[in-house]
Amino acid sequence: MTFAVLQRSGSPGKTHHSDLTMEKIRSAWLFLLPMIITLAAVAGWPLIRTIWLGFTNANLTDLTVTEFIGFENYLSFYEGEAYGLLVDPDWWNAVWNTVWFTLVSVSLETVFGMGVALILHANFKGRGIVRTAVLIPWAIPTIVSAQMWGWMLHDQFGVVNEILLTLGIINNPIAWTADPDIAMWAVIMVDVWKTTPFMALLILAGLQMLPEDIYEAAHVDGIHPVKVFFNVTLPLIKPALLVAVIFRALDALRIFDLIYVLTSSSTSTMSMSVYARQQLVDFQEMGYGSAATTLLFLIIAALTVITITAGKLKLGEEA
Amino acid sequence: MVLRKTLLCTAMAALGFSAFVSAAEITITCGNVGKEQQICKESVAEWEKKTGHSVNIVTPPTSATEQLALYQQILGSGSSDIDAFQIDVIWPGILGNHLIDLKPFTNGAEKEHFQAIVENNTFKGKLVAMPWFTDAGLLFYRKDLLDKYGYEVPETWEELSEIANKVQDAERSAGNKKMWGFVFQAKAYEGLTCDALEWIDSYGGGDVVNANGDITVNNDNTVKALEMAASWVGNITPQGVLNYMEEDARGVFQSGNAVFMRNWPYAWSLSQNDDSPIRGKVGVVALPKGGEGGKQTGTLGGWQMAVSKYSENPEVTADLVMWLTSKEEQKRRAIVGSYNPTIADLYDDPDVNKASPFMGQLKATFTNAVARPSRATGANYNKVSTAIFNATYEVLSGEQTAEASVAQLEKDLKRIKRRSW
Repeated sequence: MTFAVLQRSGSPGKTHHSDLTMEKIRSAWLFLLPMIITLAAVAGWPLIRTIWLGFTNANLTDLTVTEFIGFENYLSFYEGEAYGLLVDPDWWNAVWNTVWFTLVSVSLETVFGMGVALILHANFKGRGIVRTAVLIPWAIPTIVSAQMWGWMLHDQFGVVNEILLTLGIINNPIAWTADPDIAMWAVIMVDVWKTTPFMALLILAGLQMLPEDIYEAAHVDGIHPVKVFFNVTLPLIKPALLVAVIFRALDALRIFDLIYVLTSSSTSTMSMSVYARQQLVDFQEMGYGSAATTLLFLIIAALTVITITAGKLKLGEEA
Repeated sequence: MVLRKTLLCTAMAALGFSAFVSAAEITITCGNVGKEQQICKESVAEWEKKTGHSVNIVTPPTSATEQLALYQQILGSGSSDIDAFQIDVIWPGILGNHLIDLKPFTNGAEKEHFQAIVENNTFKGKLVAMPWFTDAGLLFYRKDLLDKYGYEVPETWEELSEIANKVQDAERSAGNKKMWGFVFQAKAYEGLTCDALEWIDSYGGGDVVNANGDITVNNDNTVKALEMAASWVGNITPQGVLNYMEEDARGVFQSGNAVFMRNWPYAWSLSQNDDSPIRGKVGVVALPKGGEGGKQTGTLGGWQMAVSKYSENPEVTADLVMWLTSKEEQKRRAIVGSYNPTIADLYDDPDVNKASPFMGQLKATFTNAVARPSRATGANYNKVSTAIFNATYEVLSGEQTAEASVAQLEKDLKRIKRRSW
C-alpha cells in the first residue's frame, strides 16, 4: 500500500523531486504513520514475539527461567533420537488433517455456493427473503452452531440418527463425532453447511456484475444454457470466484473452533491450530507452541503465495 | 473505675469487631458435574449467612483437562480474580507454587482426613489444599436386569463382557432396541486416562509410570487389558463412547439404556432421584478383576479446595475452605450428593450409610485406589496423561493394535521424559 502510493507520487525516471512532490511524499507518510504504528503494534509485534518465543524453552509454569535454545523446538538430537516439531508425527498428522479439510471443504463449498448463487441470481418471487434466509447459517457464531451440531450428531440422543433410523437408512446409530473414519467428514459437513452461504454471497456479487447483453446475444444464437454457463458465465466470474476461494482457503487453514467444539483434541481431526493450542494451553509449552504457530504461519503464507501466483498466471493467460 | 474500663473495652472490642466483619466479596470455583454446583451453592449460602461475606461462584468447563488449562492461565498471570479453586487430586504438584499454605487455618483438622490424600496435597512441605471429597471408579449395574436373566454380579472383566452381551441381546430382542451392555468414559481427555489405568492395574500391568518415575507401560498385561477394552467398543458399548465424558455415560445408563456403567460415586445419588427411571434398580460394586489372577481396583479421584496466593482476602477465603471441607459439610454432601467424605469416621456414620450403602461396604476400594502418575511426573503430568489417553483412544477406536499402541506410548513417554520428568 505504502509502496504503491510512493511510486505513484514520485514521477518515474526523474532523480530529482520537485518541492511539491517532496511535500506530497511527506504528507503521505504523515497520513500513513498512525496506521503503520497500529499495524506494527497489533500485528507486527505479536508476530515477531511469537517467532522469538519459538526459539526459547519458555514454559507458562515459570516464565522467569526462559532461555534461548536455537532450533531445538524444531529439531534436536538426544541419545540418537530426533526430537522436535519437524519429527513430531502428531504435528504432521495435524498438518495433513488441515490440508485435507481445506481441500475438501473449500471444493464442496465452491460447488454448492455456485449452485446457490445461480439460483439466487434468477428472478423469482420472494427472492429477497430467500437471499436473507440462506445467510442464516453463516450469521450464527461458529461456537454456537458447532455446539448445536454436536448435540444433533450425538450418537444416542441426536436428532440426525433419529431421523436416519426412522427412515430405515441406517440400522444402528452412527457415532458421528467419535468414529475416527467419520469424524472428519462430520466436521467437513458442518463447515460446508456453515460457509456455503458466504461462498454463494461472493459468487452472487460476481454474477450481478455481468453485462446482460452477452446473455441476450447467446439467447438469440440459441445456445444451450449449460454451454452458456461454461463458456460465458464461468470465465467471466473467475476473478470473483478466485478471490472467494482464496479467502475461504485461508480461513479453512486456520480452522479451530468448529473442530475443537465437535471433537476436542482427538488426533483424528486435530488441525494445526488445535495442535498449537494444545501445546500452548494444555501443556503450557510457550516455546514449543510458538514454534508450531510460526510453522503454521509459514505454511499459510506459502500456500497463499502459491495460490495467488497460480491465479495470476491463469488470469494473465486469458487476458 | 471498673465500669469505665469495661465500657471502654466493650467499645474497643465492638470497633475491632466491626472492622473485622466488614464484608468481603470472594470468588470461588465449584465443579459442575451432576448436582455438584447446586450443592456447592447451598453450602456457600450457609457460610454467607454465618459470616456476612458474599461469595461468587464461577462455573468452570466440565472437562477436567480444560479446567486445569484455564486455572494454569489464571494463576500463571497472577490474577486475583478467583480466590479459591476446586482442584483435582492430581493437580497439587502442578499448581502448588500458586497456592497458599493452609496449615495456619486448619487447627489440626487435616488429622481427621485420610492421610494419603493429605500427603498428596502437601507440596514442598506446605498443605496447599484441603481434601473435599474422594473418588474411585466404581461399577454401577442394573440389579433388576441381572435378576431377570439370572446372573450374579461379575467378578472379572471377562464375566462382565459375557453377561453384558447376553443381557443386551435378550433385551434388544425383547424390543428394547437402544439397550447397551457397558458404558464408560472414552473421549480423548483425562477421564480416559482414569479408565485405562483401572483396566491396566486390574490385569496387573502396573501404573504406566511407577513412583520412581520409570516408564513401565510396555508389558503383556497392559496389552491384554487394552485388548479387552477394545473388544467392547461396537459390541457391548456404543461406538459413541469414544466421545463420552462422565455425564454422557450417565445419560445412557440413567435413561435405562445400559446394563453396566463405570463412573464415579456421584452417579449414585442422581440415579436414586425421584425422576430417575432406574431408581431402586441400581447396584454399586468395586470394578471387576482382570482375569482370575487380577485384582479389583479403581483410579483415585477426588477434589480439593485450595486458596490462591494472589487472593486479596486469603484469611476469609481460607475460612470458607475450612467450612466447606468440615466434617459437618462432608456429611451433608455424602447424604445429598453421595460425595465420598475424606474423613474416615464418616464411613461408619449410620446416616451416611443409609443414604449411600456402598460407601461403608467399599471403604477398602476408596482407601486402596490406584493413583495416577502425577507425583512422579510433576509438571509434565498433563503431557503424560495426554499420551496415555491418546494411545488408549487409538486402540479403542481400532486405529491401532494394543501391542503397537503400547510400544508407541512407551516411546512417546520417553520423548516427554527425555532427561528427567
